[in-house]
Amino acid sequence: MEEREGEVRWDGLCSRDAATRAAALDTIGQAILRRSETIAPLAAVPPTRAADGLLAPAARDGLSELLARLLMLSKRCPFPDVREKSEAILSEVQELGIRIPRPLGHGPSRFIPEKETIQVENEDATMHALFADSFAALGRLDNVTLVMVFHPQYLESFLKTQHYLLQMDGPLPLHYRHYIGIMAAARHQCSYLVNLHVNDFLHVGGDPKWLNGLENAPQKLQNLGELNKMLAHRPWLITKEHIEQLLKTEENSWSLAELIHAVVLLTHYHSLASFTFGCGISPEIDCEGGHTFRPPSVSNYCMCDITNGYHGVDEIHASPTGSITSAESVCEVEALMEKMKQLQECRDEEEASQEEMATRFEREKRESMFVCSSEDEESAPARDVSRHFEDTSYGYKDFSRHGMHVPTFRVQDYSWEDHGYSLVNRLYPDVGQLLDEKFHIAYNLTYNTMAMHKDVDTSMLRRAIWNYIHCMFGIRYDDYDYGEINQLLDRSFKVYIKTVVCTPEKTTKRMYDSFWRQFEHSEKVHVNLLLVEARMQAELLYALRAITRYMT
Amino acid sequence: MEKMARVTTALGGNALTGRTMFCHLDAPANAISVCRDAAQVVVAGRNIFKIYSIEEEQFVEKLNLRVGRKPSLNFSCADVVWHQMDENLLATAATNGVVVTWNLGKPSRNKQDQLFTEHKRTVNKVCFHPTEVYMLLSGSQDGYMKCFDLRKKDSVSTFSGQSESVRDVQFSIRDYFTFAATFENGNVQLWDIRRPDRYERMFTAHNGPVFCCDWHPEDRGWLATGGRDKMVKVWDMNTTRAKEIYCVQTIASVARVKWRPECKHHIATCSMMVDHNIYVWDVRRPFIPSAMFEEHKDVTTGIVWRHLHDPYFLLSGSKDSTLYQHIFKDASQPIDRANPEGLCYSLYGDLAFAAKESLISSDSNRKPYIGDRRHPIFFKRKLDPTEQFEYISSSSALSVFETDVESGSMDWFVHTAKQYALAGRPLPELCDHNAKVAKGLDRNQVAQTWTMLRIIYSSLSTVSSTNLNHSMGKGSTTLPLMNSFNLKDIPSGLGSESRLDRSKGESRSENILMDSSSTLMNNEDNEETEGSDVPADYLLGDVEADEDDLYMMDHENPHAEEQEYSLPQEAFPLRHEIVDNPSALDHLQDKADSPHVSGNEAETVSLTPVESFSLISISHSLYENRLPSDFFNPIVRDTLLFYAEQGDVQTAVSVLIVLGDRIRREIDEQTQEHWYTSYIDLLQRFQLWNISNEVIKLSTCRAINCLNQASTTLHVNCSNCKRPMSNRGWICDRCRQCASMCAVCHHVVKGLFVWCQGCSHGGHLQHIMKWLETSSHCPAGCGHLCEYT
Repeated sequence: MEEREGEVRWDGLCSRDAATRAAALDTIGQAILRRSETIAPLAAVPPTRAADGLLAPAARDGLSELLARLLMLSKRCPFPDVREKSEAILSEVQELGIRIPRPLGHGPSRFIPEKETIQVENEDATMHALFADSFAALGRLDNVTLVMVFHPQYLESFLKTQHYLLQMDGPLPLHYRHYIGIMAAARHQCSYLVNLHVNDFLHVGGDPKWLNGLENAPQKLQNLGELNKMLAHRPWLITKEHIEQLLKTEENSWSLAELIHAVVLLTHYHSLASFTFGCGISPEIDCEGGHTFRPPSVSNYCMCDITNGYHGVDEIHASPTGSITSAESVCEVEALMEKMKQLQECRDEEEASQEEMATRFEREKRESMFVCSSEDEESAPARDVSRHFEDTSYGYKDFSRHGMHVPTFRVQDYSWEDHGYSLVNRLYPDVGQLLDEKFHIAYNLTYNTMAMHKDVDTSMLRRAIWNYIHCMFGIRYDDYDYGEINQLLDRSFKVYIKTVVCTPEKTTKRMYDSFWRQFEHSEKVHVNLLLVEARMQAELLYALRAITRYMT
Repeated sequence: MEKMARVTTALGGNALTGRTMFCHLDAPANAISVCRDAAQVVVAGRNIFKIYSIEEEQFVEKLNLRVGRKPSLNFSCADVVWHQMDENLLATAATNGVVVTWNLGKPSRNKQDQLFTEHKRTVNKVCFHPTEVYMLLSGSQDGYMKCFDLRKKDSVSTFSGQSESVRDVQFSIRDYFTFAATFENGNVQLWDIRRPDRYERMFTAHNGPVFCCDWHPEDRGWLATGGRDKMVKVWDMNTTRAKEIYCVQTIASVARVKWRPECKHHIATCSMMVDHNIYVWDVRRPFIPSAMFEEHKDVTTGIVWRHLHDPYFLLSGSKDSTLYQHIFKDASQPIDRANPEGLCYSLYGDLAFAAKESLISSDSNRKPYIGDRRHPIFFKRKLDPTEQFEYISSSSALSVFETDVESGSMDWFVHTAKQYALAGRPLPELCDHNAKVAKGLDRNQVAQTWTMLRIIYSSLSTVSSTNLNHSMGKGSTTLPLMNSFNLKDIPSGLGSESRLDRSKGESRSENILMDSSSTLMNNEDNEETEGSDVPADYLLGDVEADEDDLYMMDHENPHAEEQEYSLPQEAFPLRHEIVDNPSALDHLQDKADSPHVSGNEAETVSLTPVESFSLISISHSLYENRLPSDFFNPIVRDTLLFYAEQGDVQTAVSVLIVLGDRIRREIDEQTQEHWYTSYIDLLQRFQLWNISNEVIKLSTCRAINCLNQASTTLHVNCSNCKRPMSNRGWICDRCRQCASMCAVCHHVVKGLFVWCQGCSHGGHLQHIMKWLETSSHCPAGCGHLCEYT
C-alpha cells in the first residue's frame, strides 16, 4: 500500500501556492486515469465487482484507495480549486465505467446534523486559516478539526500542540510517536484515531509488522503498555516504582525526556479518544467506513457504527433544538441559571463547616461511581483495534468499588501550574508552555452565553464541570465546595460526563442528546473540550507526580 | 504552654549564635516565619502548624497550634507570617481560602483569633504591614487582594488585579502605603493601599507566573521577583518605568526570594520543583551562586533569614519534613569547586588560556617553551572594595598564544573546501579535479590519493603498466643504522599505543620496529605532536614523474599481496600512504599541509628506499591481474581512516562523498557520522555555510541528512505593524498588507529576501545589492544607514 502511495504523490497538494497544487493535482489525475484505463475493461465485466465494491479484486484495491482519497479531497480540502479539480477527476473516472465511491452521509459528527456544523465551503477567514494550517500539516482536514472549529481559539492551540507533539523536534522518533498514539487510542477502542494513525505511522516509515499487535513492537514500546493501561483507566495507581521500572538502565529503557514525551502523547490521545466518542466523530471519508462504493439505494447500514458502539444511530433523529421544545426543557436552562445566581449570592451566608466540605467531596467522589449509563452492556472491541492492546478486561474502576482506598490527590500540593509545568518544560522544552496555553484556553473559554441567554457568567458552571472530572479521578481542590456540583450538574449530564471521560467507547447518541437539551451543539462541543482538557490534566498530574517522586 | 510561648530570649541583634542544625517535623512544611527577636520560628503546612524555639544546639517544639479533634482545612496552611511588631500575632493563609489570625497571648489552648472567609479560592500569601500593627494583606487564587483591619470583622478594602491569580503580596518597606502584588500571568502590580479602585503601576516581569517578590530591606525601591521561567529579576522601582537592573538565571522555577540582611546585593532563593538546594546569589554575579545549602532532600518551601540584621543565619523548611538552621560558614561555595582556569583553541590554531593571576605570574618566571610565540594579555578584575564578604580573589589573567602564521594557517582548508567538486560529474573527472585542487595547494599526498582513487575505481584498462614509475628513494643513507638502533633500544611495549596495527599479517618484530621508529622521532620532535598523529609513512620518491603522468604508487597492492606471498626480504611492513616528494628534503618546510604534521617527515624519508624497492615488484603484478575495483575497498577504507586519524577529516569526507556507494558499506555508520559532523562543524566555524550545506545534502547518513531539516522555521514580524506574522502567506493578518515588500521595486518578495536588521527594510537580494552600490542609505527612505553583513 505504501508503495502505491509513493507512486502517487499527494504532498504537493498541501502547498499554499495554488500553482503548485494545480500541478500536483494534474499529475495525480493522470496517474489515476492511467490506472483506471488499465482496469476499466476488467471492470466492465459485471461479475467482478457487482457483488461487492469493497471485496473487489486486488488490482482494484489500490485504485479504490486513491479514489477514496480523491473523494475526501473533493469534500474536505480547504482550497476550492482542489475540491473542484478532484471532483472533475472523479467524474472522469466514472465515465470510464468504474464505480466511484461516495461518502456515507454523516458529516463530521454522528451526533450533530451535518447542516449545523461548519461546512468546508463557507468558513470565515480565521477558520479558513486554521483549516489551511491543518491541511498543510496533516494533508487532510479531519473530522475532529471540523467539529472543534466551533471554537477556533481553542482549535488553534490544539493544532499547534498536536503538530508539535507529532512532527516537531522531540526525543522520540516519528514512527514511535504515531505508534504511541495508536496504543493510546486503542485503549479506548477508538478505531477512528487508530485508523488515522496507522496511516500516518506507515507514512513515516513505520514497520507494518508492529501493527499486528503490541507484542510485535519493540520491547521498549511493550514496556510502555502497562503505563498506558493505568493512565487510561486508573491513573491514581501510578507510583514511582512504575516509573523506575521504565527508566532503569537496561537495553530497552526509556530516558526521562522520552518518557515525558510518551506520557504527554498517551494522555493526549486518551483524551482525544474521549472527544471522538463524546462528539460522535464519523470515520474519515477516505478511511474504512467513511465511504462506500455501493449505490445509494443500498441500506444505510455501516460497519463502524456497530464496532464503535453507536447503537443509537437508528434512533429517530431528535434535534436538540428542534422538535421537542417542551416547556420542561426550556425550564431546564432557566433553572440552571437560577441556581447559579443563587450560589453566587448566598455563598457567604450558609457557610458549610469543614467536615461538611470534606464529606461533600467524598460523597461526590463516591456518587460519581454510581453514575453509570443504564445501557451498560459490554461491547466487544472492534476487530481491528483490539490487537493493539492486551488485557481488554482492564478498564476504569471506581475508587472504592473494590474496597481500595486511594488517598485523595490534593491539587494544592501538586498542581499543573506550579509543578507539572516546570517538570514538563524542563524535560521536553516548549511543550509545557503549549499545554499550559491549551489548558488555559479550554478552562477560560466562554462566550458568556447559555443556550438562548446572553451575558451570563458561566465561570461557575465551567469550574463545576472541570472539578467534577477531577473529582472522578480523586483530585480535590481545597478551596472548592463540592456541593455546587450537585446543584449545577443534573444526572443525565453527569452520566454523559462520566461515560465520556471514563468509558468513552460506551457513549451513545442518546446520552449526547439527553443532557442539556436546550443548548446549542457548539456548547456541547465546548463541554467536550472541557472534558478533554480536564481529563488530560488529571492523567498528567498523576503521571508527573510519580515522575517527580522518582526524581527526588 | 502559653507561658512558654511567651518566653522570649533577649538576644541582641548581632549576638546570634548557633550551629547548622535541623529537626524533624511530622509533616511537610509549606512556609516558615520567624519572630521578631529571632528566637522562635513558626512552621506551617498542610498537616503541621507548630512553633519551635531556636536554641543554641537544637530546635525545641514550643507550641502546637493545631488543636481540636476535627481536622479542619482552616489549619491547612499555604502561608504563614509572624508580625514584626507584635510577637504574639501570627496570620496564616489556608488552602481553602480562609485567612486566620492567631493570638499567642490568648489564655486558652486554641489560639485562633479571627477568621476571614472572604476569599473564594486558596489564599496564596498573607503579609503584615511592617509598621502598622493591625493591618494585614492577603492575596488569593481568585485574583483579589484584601486588606484587613484586625480590629474589624471584615476586610477594609479589596483590590482586584483584573488579571489572574495573585501569587505574592508584599508591603513596601519604603512607602507606608505601597504594596506589590505578583500574578500568575507574569505581571507585577503596585498598589496604593488607599486606592482600591486601580493599581498605580503594572509591568510584566516574567514569562509565566511570578511566584514571589521581596522588597530590598535597605536600598529602598528595589524589588526582587522570581518566576516559573527560572529567573530572579531585580527591578528598580524609583524611576517611572520599572527597570530591570539585575537578572539571575537559575536552574528551576523560583519559589521564594529573600534579600540577605546587611548585604546589599545578596539574595537567597529556593525553587519550586526538581532542585532542592537553597542558593544565595550575588546579583551582580549571576552565573554562579555565592553560597549554597544542600541539606534538604526534597524541595525547599520556605526560607527566612533568622534576624533582620544578621546575615549569617538562614532558616528553611522543606517538603522532606525537616526544619533547618543553616549557618553561613557551613555553606558550600560553588565558586571553590569551579574550575578557575579556562582553555580554548581558536580556529586558526591560537590558544587562549585564562587563569588566576597568581598562577600565571609564577608561571612566567620559567620559560619552558623556547621560541614560543606567545602574547600574553592580562585582564584583571579588581575587587569591589565595598564588598568585604567572602570572595576569593577574582582577578585573573588571560594569555593568548598565537601560532605563527604559516604553520597555523588554515587557508588550505578553506580553499580546498571551496574548490573541491563532490558531485555532479563522473567519478574520474571529480577525482582529477580534486587532485588538481590538492596539487595546487601543494598537498601532494592528497593529490596522489585522488589520482589513485580515480585509477582504482574508474578505468583500470586505460592504465598501461609501462607508465609505472619506479620510485627511487633519495633519502639519507642512515637507514640501516637507525633500524638496528630502534630494534635494540626501544622496548616492545611502546608498540601497543600505536595505530599501526592495521598492518595485518606482519611479524611482531616488524611492528615494533615501525612503532618505535615513529615514537623515537616524536621524541625528538616538539612536544605538541603526539605519536598517533604522526604519519609514520614511508615516503615514496618518484622524482622522475611528470606532472601529467600517473603515479602508480600503489602500495595498497603490496599490502594485499603480502598475505598471499610473504616478502621475506622486507625489513619493513608496507604502508599505504604515498607522499609525493620530488625533492623530499627541500620540501620539508612546506609539507605542513595538515595541522598535525610537523617536521618529522624528515626522518621518515630515510626509510623510503626499502619501500620503493618492494613497490616495484608488486605494482607490476597488479596490472597484470586486472583485479575488480572493490578488491581495493579495504585499502581505500584504511586510507580514509588514516586521513581522519591524522586530523584531515576533510579528505576523508570528500572521498567518502565522491565514492559514494562504492565505499560506504566498508565503513561503519557511526564513524561516517562522526566524520561528517566533524567536517561540518569545521566548515561552519569557517563560515562556509554553503559548502557545509552541500556536504549535508550529499551525505548518506540519515542522522546528517536530517540536520538540514531541523529548525527550518523562520519567524518574522510584519514590517508594517511589527507584529509576528502568524499566517504563512504574504499578507499580514493584522494590517492586511503585504508584509515583505521590496523597498526598491515595491513588489512582494518571494524567494530570497534580505533586510537590514537596523530598520527592517529590505527586498530582493539583487535589488538591494544594486542599491547599495550607489547609496548606503536605506532604499525605503527611512534615513537609516543600512548595514548588511
